This record gives sequence, structure tokens and C-alpha cells, in this order.
Amino acid sequence: MQKTYKNPVYDYVRSPDQDSSGRTHHPVIIVGGGPCGLAAALDFALQGIPTVVLDDNNTVSVGSRAICFAKRTLEIMDRYGAAERMVDKGVTWQLGKVFFQDEQVYEFNLLPEDQHKLPAFINLQQYYFEEYLVDRIAEENSIDLRWLHKVTELETNPEGTHITVETKDGTYQLSCDFLLVADGANSKIRTQLGLESKGQVFQDRFLIADVVMKADFPTERWFWFDPPFHRNQSALLHRQADDVWRIDLQLGWDADPEEEKKEENIRPRLQAMLGEDVEFELEWASVYTFQCRKMDDYIKDRVIFMGDAAHQVSPFGARGANGGVQSVENLAWKVSAILKGEAPLALLETYNTERQHGAAENILNSTRATDFITPKNHISRVFRDETLRLAKDQPFARSLVNSGRLSLPCTYEGSPLNTADSEDFNGGVVPGAVCKDAPIKINGEDAWLMNQLGNRFVAMVDIDANGEVVPNLVTENPDLAWILLSKDANKAQTLARQLSQAAVQAISDPQGLVAQRLALRPGSAYLFRPDQVVCGRWQQPTAADIHAAHRRALGYDL
Amino acid sequence: MHLNTEANLNDADAFYAELTDLHRDLQTADSERVNARLILLLANHIGDNRILSEAMAIAKDLDPVQN
Ligand SMILES: Cc1cc2nc3c(=O)[nH]c(=O)nc-3n(C[C@H](O)[C@H](O)[C@H](O)COP(=O)(O)OP(=O)(O)OC[C@H]3O[C@@H](n4cnc5c(N)ncnc54)[C@H](O)[C@@H]3O)c2cc1C
Repeated sequence: MQKTYKNPVYDYVRSPDQDSSGRTHHPVIIVGGGPCGLAAALDFALQGIPTVVLDDNNTVSVGSRAICFAKRTLEIMDRYGAAERMVDKGVTWQLGKVFFQDEQVYEFNLLPEDQHKLPAFINLQQYYFEEYLVDRIAEENSIDLRWLHKVTELETNPEGTHITVETKDGTYQLSCDFLLVADGANSKIRTQLGLESKGQVFQDRFLIADVVMKADFPTERWFWFDPPFHRNQSALLHRQADDVWRIDLQLGWDADPEEEKKEENIRPRLQAMLGEDVEFELEWASVYTFQCRKMDDYIKDRVIFMGDAAHQVSPFGARGANGGVQSVENLAWKVSAILKGEAPLALLETYNTERQHGAAENILNSTRATDFITPKNHISRVFRDETLRLAKDQPFARSLVNSGRLSLPCTYEGSPLNTADSEDFNGGVVPGAVCKDAPIKINGEDAWLMNQLGNRFVAMVDIDANGEVVPNLVTENPDLAWILLSKDANKAQTLARQLSQAAVQAISDPQGLVAQRLALRPGSAYLFRPDQVVCGRWQQPTAADIHAAHRRALGYDL
Repeated sequence: MHLNTEANLNDADAFYAELTDLHRDLQTADSERVNARLILLLANHIGDNRILSEAMAIAKDLDPVQN
């Protein structure tokens, strides 16, 4: 069926490890080359840790699956050097329409805050997302990505893990310090270890179809509740790259997935939805039942689960791959710091606690949307329908309509890695939250704040203060990367030169947007983790405050 | 702020009459719809989830009905 995209075929390559007499050891082995496994490999490469990635297949996602990639994911991809192609290829939309029964009840414009490098989200087929990651991985010598190498067995102990890998040339053995498992929702490795992912299956089925429209169709997201062409169910239409449109049709629990998947049954449904005159070609279709579930603990000895294997959500709100990639970046810097001897092993457990919180929030959002779309009982249905009817004339009711909320990163509130505010900040970014982007200038050139953060701990201080505090902060914390921020470019550059420390960068904030978004006052400082999350901030910092917060974020106070 | 459970209506009898009049000629299904709309409108006006939770807690505490 698929015409707009041809899956790349990646060759099986025999690894020297297969010829070694013993089992070769690697610090980090990643199982699974989906969005999460691929992202993890790039994150480790940026931290200077070599990885082996094993995938049992020889291509990227077959059929589209995920299509909505949110800003946070794009920021992470930008850190990996992979966002540009995604944004160029992807589709951004701002206008949405909501229909109930025979009529449109309202339309909305997302109007994202401007002056951010990356859009609020893009619609892009999952296979492109993965293909661009694979291409980016090819540029990194430290990543050994092996297609058609399937992990079949494993043995774990508190020090490390042994695995057996199956290929067409037979099996071989490997060992590693950390095994990162991203083998998908039905993780065999999880099952082999006797672990479970628990939650609920929604008693409903959805037909997911990608079609190519022959004629123009607006770049808007249309969501129907109980439309005349599909009574008592919901329908969603939105655009992806290559003039491909994603259609989600709720089928109900009694639908027969095998029957519904047949083109002769799909066509009339889509024709009724798109209008009798609209010509389209079917690219791909599949019938799904959705689940929301997670593991109680993502870590067993030194085997760590990520992505759908660790936590799975229904697609309403697009939090599967988006949440998965956020888990990956939470984990990668921690494992790297442990391997480099910069952090205690105890830091690892905070991956579990922080991302349990993230997954719980994603599951909550996804469940709420699913419950709105499929009311559980008669009275929920009455509330749902009246909400939709009121939405036509009453703006307040529109905020209750939930056909999936935009995926936003969670805040690691109360994380033991945070240093709580000791001084008043009027807004800004709280400890545990991801930094906000803003335009800046470096050496007179336009740049973005987010691109200066990440991969290592970065401290940023607003130097538009009087006094001699700033030089001390920097010289007494030489193991941090420093950003000196000023409204005045010369001032920042002069101070950076005086400090003559390698990792000191001067940036200017000519529009004052960094100061505004981070609620900076002259002299304020922020400390950012390698995943761009704020772990401490001060109005009047001392060198010791920043040092202590850095140690704390590395897990030395656990 | 907490849910105000002291008498607060400026004309309790008139309100009560209007509420029951609203439903007088309605079938049960339509009454259900009207009630749902009313709850949504009033909830939005109140706006504070804590107050709404307090109201829901009292509302759901049903005494067994004697027939
Ligand atoms: C219809 C649909 C729509 C969706 N829409 C969205 C959306 O809009 N936004 C969003 O963020 N998410 C969405 N999702 C969810 C998203 O697709 C998943 O969350 C995402 O693919 C998870 O990535 P992963 O890397 O954890 O696992 P997967 O993508 O499942 O990858 C697992 C990989 O592991 C490999 N593997 C498995 N076992 C082994 C083994 N033993 N040895 C070696 N390799 C192995 C597999 O071949 C595969 O490549 C959607 C999902 C569906 C089904």
C-alpha cells in the first residue's frame, strides 16, 4: 500500500565480537533500535560513552505509528543534532476544529509563545523520525549499531549482565556494565526477568489509517465526536509530511479487527468522513487496542528499562515516544556519570523515581483524554455531550473538551536532586523543570539559550550586578561549564576573557527575554543538569551554594 | 477558601422554586442534561477545585433511601 515512503533496509554486519573466543565486554549495551534505543545511543555518544545497539530487525518503524513530536522532544533531538531535518520535513499546524454530531462547535488556534527555536510540536511519521536518528548515528564512531542482532537470553547480577545474541551466523555472548532495554511495549526481556508492566487496557478499538489526498485539504486538526458518518464514535484527521493524512477512527469494543483492517471495509468509512468527492489513496492501516501501563520499578540489578517497555500510554495526547525520549535523556547522563566515576551508583535510582513521576503524569493525561473520548457510563456520556454542546457558545466549556492534550514535560518536583529555592523568585523556572528557551547573541551572532545547555552541568550567572562576586563563583567551581549573561555583550566578553578559564562563555540577552523567562535579577544564577533541567537557582549565590547543588544533583546527598 | 455551607442565598425560596420549575415539564433524560449543564456552569463560576472537591464529597455521601 505504502507509496510515499520506502523503508530503508539496513544490512546485517558481522561483528568482530562474534569471532572472539570469550564474551566481549561493553560498558553499555542497548536493546532495541526504536525511537528510544536510538536516542539513548546518541545521548551516550555526546557524553563520551561508547555503546552497542542491538536490533532484531533491519529497518525503521513499518507503518507510521507515532506522528506528533512535541517541543521537548525536538529540543532533545536538537541536542543530538537531529532536529533540523525533523522540523524541515514535519508539518506544523496551529488551527484545530472540534465537531459534535452535525456541526462544528468551535475552532482554536494554539498560538504558541514565540521566540523559541523549536515549534510547539510537529507532525512527522515515526519512520522519518527513526531514519534521521539512524543517519545521525552513522556520524558517531562510538556507536556500534547492529541490525539483525537479536537478544534472546540474559543473566543479570548486581555487577552486570550477560546476554546471548542471535544472528543468521549463529549466536554469540556479550557482557556489559549496564543493559538498557528499549525492546518495545511487549518487551520479551521484561517477561524473561519475570517483571510486569501493569495498568489498564481500554475496552475499545481504533482504526488508524494513513491516506494520501489527491486534492488540497487544510492543514488543521479536525476532531469529531459522534459524527453523522460514524455514529457514537469519534474520528480524528490531521496532516503529516508528504501530504499524508492520519485518520483515527474509534470502532468500539465489538469491532472485529481482522474485518476492519480490510481495504474494502476501510474505504467506505473514510469516504463518508472525507466527503464523497474526495479522492484518496490508502497508505497504511492498522487496528489497535490501547493500554496505559508501567513497571513499578524500571531497574533490576543493572538492567534498566526505557520507552514503551517501561511505560506505555494510549496515543491521545501523544506521550508515548515523547515521554520515552524524556526517560532516555534522564537516564543517559546518570549512567554516564556513574561510569566515569563522577557520581555514586545511588544516582541511578533517581531515574526510576523521576521517571515514575513522569510516566504517572503521562498516563493520567492519556487516561483522562481516553475517558472523555469514550465515556465510561451513561452519566459521563451526558456530561461529555453537554460539555460539547455548551462549547459552541460558552468559551469556558472549551477548556473541558479533551481530545488529547499537548505533551508537555513533567517537573521533577520534590526530586532529591533538586536544591530547593532559598530565596524568592517571582516566576522563572523552578528546580526540577526543564529550562525555557530564549533568543540570545554570542559574539554578535544570533543563537538560542537551549543550545548552550545540556550534555554537562552548566551554571549561568547574570553578571549585570555590582561587586566582585562573579569571578569567585566561577574560579571556585572550575568543574562546571559557565555562562556569563549580560544585556551588554562587551561586558560579558571582557569578564570571560579576564577569567581565562576554558569553559566560560559570554552570551548577551539584548531583548531581555532570558532574564524575563527565568525571572533573573542582576547577580542571579541557575544550575542546569546535563538534561537541561534546573537543579538549583539563587538570587545571591555563593560559590559554596553552587558547589553543594552540583554535588547534590550528582547524587552525593542521597 | 472553603465551601460555604452556611445559608448564602439572597432569596432561598425563590431560587428553590426556580430550580424545580426548571425541571417541571422535562422528561428524566432532559432533566439529566439540564442538571449536567447547570453543574458545569456553576463549577466554572466557582473555579476553585478544592471547593468543588468539598462539594462533591458532601454530595456523594448518600444516606440509604427509605422506601
Ligand atoms: C497508532 C499509534 C500512534 C502513536 N502516536 C504517537 C504520537 O503521536 N506521539 C508519540 O510520542 N507516541 C505515539 N505512539 C507511541 C510510539 O509509537 C511508541 O511510544 C514508541 O514507538 C516507543 O518507542 P520504543 O523505542 O520504546 O519502542 P519500539 O518503537 O517498539 O521499538 C522497539 C525496538 O526493539 C526491537 N526489538 C524488540 N525485541 C528485540 C530483541 N529481543 N533484540 C533486539 N531488538 C529487539 C524492535 O525491532 C524495535 O525496533 C503511537 C503508537 C501507536 C501504536
